[in-house]
Amino acid sequence: MKDVSLTSLGEIFVKKNFFATTAGILVVGAIIGLCAILLQKFGNPANMGICVACFERDIAGALGFHRAAVVQYLRPEILGFVLGSLLASIVFREFKPRGGSAPMVRFVLGIIAAIGALVFLGCPWRTILRLAGGDGNALFGFAGLAVGVFIGTLFLKRGYSLGRSETQSTFSASLFPLLIFALLLLFLVFPQIPGQTQSGPLFYSAKGPGSMHAPFWLSLGIGLLVGALAQRSRFCTMGALRDLFLFRYMHLFLGIASLFVVAFGLNLALGNVHFGFAGQPVAHTDSLWNFCGMVTAGLAFALAGGCPGRQLFMAGEGDTDAALFAIGMLVGAAIAHNFGTASSGAGIGPHGIHATVIGFIVCLAIGFAHCKRA
Amino acid sequence: MREIDTRGLSCPEPVLKFHQALAESPEPFDVLVDNEVSRENVTRAAQKKGFAVTVKNEANGVSRLELRK
Repeated sequence: MKDVSLTSLGEIFVKKNFFATTAGILVVGAIIGLCAILLQKFGNPANMGICVACFERDIAGALGFHRAAVVQYLRPEILGFVLGSLLASIVFREFKPRGGSAPMVRFVLGIIAAIGALVFLGCPWRTILRLAGGDGNALFGFAGLAVGVFIGTLFLKRGYSLGRSETQSTFSASLFPLLIFALLLLFLVFPQIPGQTQSGPLFYSAKGPGSMHAPFWLSLGIGLLVGALAQRSRFCTMGALRDLFLFRYMHLFLGIASLFVVAFGLNLALGNVHFGFAGQPVAHTDSLWNFCGMVTAGLAFALAGGCPGRQLFMAGEGDTDAALFAIGMLVGAAIAHNFGTASSGAGIGPHGIHATVIGFIVCLAIGFAHCKRA
Repeated sequence: MREIDTRGLSCPEPVLKFHQALAESPEPFDVLVDNEVSRENVTRAAQKKGFAVTVKNEANGVSRLELRK
């Protein structure tokens, strides 16, 4: 950690992390909003410039963990998030190998979070982008997210804690970023072959959302940039709501507000705002389960201490507990498609309701099991 | 001097512990943090409540935030 008595210019920039200030997080939110719309413009699915849950589902598909043919693509954005955060944390000396805070619980929370989010068809980042595109169904998703996070704050006020983490070896903390780097290499060695749905061991959708993607270098570049900025600014969409409920703090919320304003403004300028409920891209109109899916997901994010994006950024800076949550989300996304819990544009999956309810109950059990006070 | 130990804890616990300590007594206290995020968050929270925050580095990446009025 930095000593406050250091005065050289470089150290001042390091010590006073601009991106962690109010102005900084507003800037970061705006850049993320801009990047998301750019990605949409250059090929990512509509209202899905960035979606951590959807993209982890696509990665699960690319790796063959599920075989839903329309959602298979090794999204470089996710790889960039982790590696961008890793680079920023190394440059600014914040890479801190840590872990051991109820890892199994965090892994399960990741599974539940992905399942819940894929009932609504979006993580909190995509919720904001769907709202910015005029998708009224996202109002129910956002409301569900808020309720889920709120329930999480009730546990936090009762002394909920997964316990202290401890220092881990640098080797251990490097494994997840190395895994992500290996996926990047895999992508480069087995790139998409036009007209084919497989390249080496990797699957590539020929149709559907998995086939819609911006050029590789744009996706990776934006992922790296967002990863670095989000690491510096501690950007967290769940924390934005949680801190509002717990402490009436606006700091993180300003980041997501900025993201929304910029994304909405750009969508308006590009003619990409279509207000309504029916016919929205990669979305369904089952309001009750849009709401409930995100209640479950929101509670899982709150109990795990970060939104899906934040978990990736923390994993990049050496947090092995966050890495396990991220891997849990990958597994949960695979389960969602293998077990028929994931939704589609046509509506909820055959077991979406079961999964949402079971996931919520498991989250409640996790919450109660880890409260200190009566 | 009261000491609140937030080492090994991730957000929002350090700030929660700060608020709990404040609720117990308005007397000054120290908060131990072991990462930048906690340092930023606790400093922000303490300054909102009118504390002056002095950071003293200790061993093993731990910092002591001295919260004084």
